[in-house]
Amino acid sequence: MSVIPAPVARQPWSMLFPLFILIGFGGLVLYSAAGGSLDPYAGSHLIRFGVFLVMAIILALFPPDLAKLAAYPIYVVLLILLVIVEAIGFVGGGSQRWLNLGFMQLQPSELMKPALVLVLARFYSDLPVGMIGSWRALVPAGILIGLPIMLVLAQPDLGTSLAIAFGGGVVMFLAGLPLRWFLMGGAAAAVIAPLAFFFGLQPYQQRRVFTFLDPENDPLGDGYHITQSKIAIGSGGFSGKGFNEGTQSHLHYLPEPHTDFIFATMAEEWGFVGGVVVIGCFALILYWALSVARNSNDRFGKLLAAGMAATIFFYVAINLMMVMGLAPVVGIPLPFMSHGGSSMMTNMICIGTLMMVYRWNRLQGRKGMLG
Amino acid sequence: MKLGSRKNTIVTASTLDNAFKRRSFLVAAGMGGIATLLAARMGYIAIAENERYELESESNRVNLSLIPPRRGWILDRNGAPLASNRADFRVDVIPDQLADVSGTLGALGRILRLDEAAMADVTKRVEEAAGFQPVEVASGLDYEDFAAVSVRLPDLPGVVPQRGFSRHYPTGPAVGHLIGYVGPANAEEYEEEGNPLLITPGFKIGKDALERQFEQELRGVPGARRVEVTASGRIVQELETREDVQGDPVRLTIDGPLQDYAARRIGLESGSCVVMDCENGDILCMSSMPSFDPNSFSQGIGRVEYAMLRDDDRVPLRNKVLKGLYPPGSTVKPMHCMAFLEAGIDPNRTITCGGGVRIGNRFFNCWGNHGQVDMAKGIYQSCDSYFYRMALEVGFDKVADFAKSIGMGKQFDLPVISQFYGTVPSPAWLEEKYDRKWQAYDTANASIGQGYYLANPLQLAVMTARLATGRHLYPRLTRSNKSTGAEQIDFPEEHVAYVRQAMSDVVNGPGTAGRGRLPFDDILMAGKTGTAQVVSLSKSDGKSGPWKYRDHGLFVFFAPFDKPKYAGAVVIEHGGGSGAAYPIARDVMTFMFDPQKGMDALRTLEEQWGGTAQERLTRKYIAYATAAGEAVPPAPSRDEEIFDLVEAEARVAARQSEAIADTVITPRDEANPSSDAPPPDSVVAPGMAAAPQAAAPDAPSPATAGMPRAQ
Repeated sequence: MSVIPAPVARQPWSMLFPLFILIGFGGLVLYSAAGGSLDPYAGSHLIRFGVFLVMAIILALFPPDLAKLAAYPIYVVLLILLVIVEAIGFVGGGSQRWLNLGFMQLQPSELMKPALVLVLARFYSDLPVGMIGSWRALVPAGILIGLPIMLVLAQPDLGTSLAIAFGGGVVMFLAGLPLRWFLMGGAAAAVIAPLAFFFGLQPYQQRRVFTFLDPENDPLGDGYHITQSKIAIGSGGFSGKGFNEGTQSHLHYLPEPHTDFIFATMAEEWGFVGGVVVIGCFALILYWALSVARNSNDRFGKLLAAGMAATIFFYVAINLMMVMGLAPVVGIPLPFMSHGGSSMMTNMICIGTLMMVYRWNRLQGRKGMLG
Repeated sequence: MKLGSRKNTIVTASTLDNAFKRRSFLVAAGMGGIATLLAARMGYIAIAENERYELESESNRVNLSLIPPRRGWILDRNGAPLASNRADFRVDVIPDQLADVSGTLGALGRILRLDEAAMADVTKRVEEAAGFQPVEVASGLDYEDFAAVSVRLPDLPGVVPQRGFSRHYPTGPAVGHLIGYVGPANAEEYEEEGNPLLITPGFKIGKDALERQFEQELRGVPGARRVEVTASGRIVQELETREDVQGDPVRLTIDGPLQDYAARRIGLESGSCVVMDCENGDILCMSSMPSFDPNSFSQGIGRVEYAMLRDDDRVPLRNKVLKGLYPPGSTVKPMHCMAFLEAGIDPNRTITCGGGVRIGNRFFNCWGNHGQVDMAKGIYQSCDSYFYRMALEVGFDKVADFAKSIGMGKQFDLPVISQFYGTVPSPAWLEEKYDRKWQAYDTANASIGQGYYLANPLQLAVMTARLATGRHLYPRLTRSNKSTGAEQIDFPEEHVAYVRQAMSDVVNGPGTAGRGRLPFDDILMAGKTGTAQVVSLSKSDGKSGPWKYRDHGLFVFFAPFDKPKYAGAVVIEHGGGSGAAYPIARDVMTFMFDPQKGMDALRTLEEQWGGTAQERLTRKYIAYATAAGEAVPPAPSRDEEIFDLVEAEARVAARQSEAIADTVITPRDEANPSSDAPPPDSVVAPGMAAAPQAAAPDAPSPATAGMPRAQ
């Protein structure tokens, strides 16, 4: 027996280590973004992480049956909440994304991301294996994905609806739907995308896309964010300007230095080295997440874990591409580092779910060994 | 289990499992690819392009701002400042950085209590500005206003409160034309010079006259301040500061108190006064009134101000010393006498004036009936007949050459933007200019300073200084130039003595300016009156009627008469005759020899006029602004346009007397104690200066053409 007690030793440390590094690193960057103070970002960031980590550990204890049972009710409840948010926004005469629960502001669209993965995993695990190539594999899932996307798009929140679509799409892909459907879907998207761009997007969203294509064209307007972010990252160099020495963030040239552009804030002070650490940590976490999916014997667990990995990945990829000028500014925070309760909650739900599947695998494995 | 598809593929749990394995591998590979891409991108930005972004980050963080150099002072001959700098507070806006132009300007206007005309000017300047170029909203603020703006800065992006220096002209309007004024550089000036200093907030360049002429000397070297700024422009800390180097002072030959005195003494009249030092040619004063207050032009010429100055038919924007051209009238007579002496005329030779003389078959009128007239009486009684006769005898060619050698029709080497040089008519000139043969009446007109004869007051002063000293003095305006000409003797001693005595008799003897005598027993002023007719007798008798038709009053003088120290000229536009001019010369000379006595005389007058020139100008501005309200059209945005306009109008005005140059002049009364006209009513009301006179009957002169007027 090792000196480490078994309950500690059996935790997924290959994921938790990089996660703690990210959280701690995020705390440092937030400390600096607040001008060298725990208030108002770093402190609450760590506290939230602690709270949501407990939540994730509790979540990890759920048995597969309960998770399957809860999938559809959760989905329906969130769908209703989305409609309510929409209705409040309509009555209030403006767009609204959250519900005020008194103790916190709840964004149903955030919760919808893991919930949709859950419900699709349930759907495909229930679907008889032979039907995977038929319309019955596609149409109900399409409706399950389409409803929340429409509601979120109406808010309007392009970033979140893309995240939902991505998570759902990955689950469908891994569920084994015929490859040609995806190819056809891709072709259709290529046709529809320009139409959607010109008729579906708000002018401000269109402008962001144009600005992304040519940020220098509008240095004081929308291009400002991208330009300043690149300046922050670029001026950090190999090892950065040093902790608490970032000028772009401290002098407010960088917009949102503690949320969407936290990576730029970090990169300015910690340089390329810090960036590689962050990207590496995410890579380790996602590698672990995908291995959890692959190690699962259960179709539900596989799809659930892979979908959660995809959801986290989407956050990370889009955020980093945005701050480095590879994607338009869409307002997606960086998981585990950005300050913000909603994103922390969503990502920790993903982590908790992955730990849950990890636990199922472990139990199953033991069972398998025993049996 | 069958899928029922065309491909007839068997789908089992294990095929799905395999599909999952393959596809999840694909997904993992995609994720890894994107991670690699992101790491590579980061490396590219942070390492390959590090230099560029570091530079951009520095240029974000560090704001290098130039500190406008303090402008060099302009000093008078004794070292007293005519233009200095005053520490004050200022508020600028940078149009490009204004989020809401009208909102921000409105807020500033409320905080700084700007009136509507001022707001209109500011708005116009902001609209016309190049955008990156700061525009001054207000300057000369006190600390309270400055602080009031400063605390609201977070709500007012693009607003820049500053402390700095503003140009200060202690004597205001008295030096307006002489020194000019300063203002922000316009886009053309910036393009021409390409110096970023020109668009630095608070930096002013010389716009006119000496301020413009000596721009490079006065400018100095800007300081620089490197500060760390936030994105919203708030200064976090100063990194480094280099002090500015004040511009060099320019020392003039002007006597500041005299300049001010002369300007004030001109009073309600429109005219100018030049005084020169007879020992070295130093210009002691060149006052031109009415004038503008250069202090109030430092933000550019305001619309109310501009409209008021434009509406005034006494043309306050024109420097009448250099750009006023007048027929010199009888003031050229002593000079012509010198020419006659040079030509060998015996000064004791007499002619008979019978109210004029008959030359050939024409009778030329004199202003009086002087009987036997020799050269001295010709001067002190200003007998026209004498000059008709002598000029005909000598030939005006010679007289004209002499006039040119004494400075008439000449421009002088002075640091001024432009000077008009007038005309000395001569047969050759007439032939060329008007393609017409010189007639006897041309000689007659020119011999008494009428006809095509035109001179500016500076030329008259130089002429007088040269006559009085017999030396070829050149006017000098800056102390750094060497004075020249004092050693060059033009005229023989006895000629000079003769003319001096005759000119002394004009004032101190039986002459035309008896009331010009100085209030000293031991100092006698010599001079010569002149009355320049500008329209024909049928239009006006020259003393009443519309202001514009009245005769110019001129007086040239020097003192003391036997050992000249000062020489000068006074020209009063449309003053109704020389009676308007020589009392000014008398007081100015009195002030030179006894400032207290001079000031006493001035104070009495200023009480009647309602205050000093500056006080009257301020009152007039307020009255005008109230009357005109917002309906005032904006001033031209470029000062050059204003100068061009002023110059063009000055040229037109100078040609006023040309209309009568082609006819025989009927000379006007020369002022003397008995016929001294009452000072004309010259209270200036905007836009209606001539109105009170217009109501008066424009009676034809009692003297019919061809008959000299009774004395």
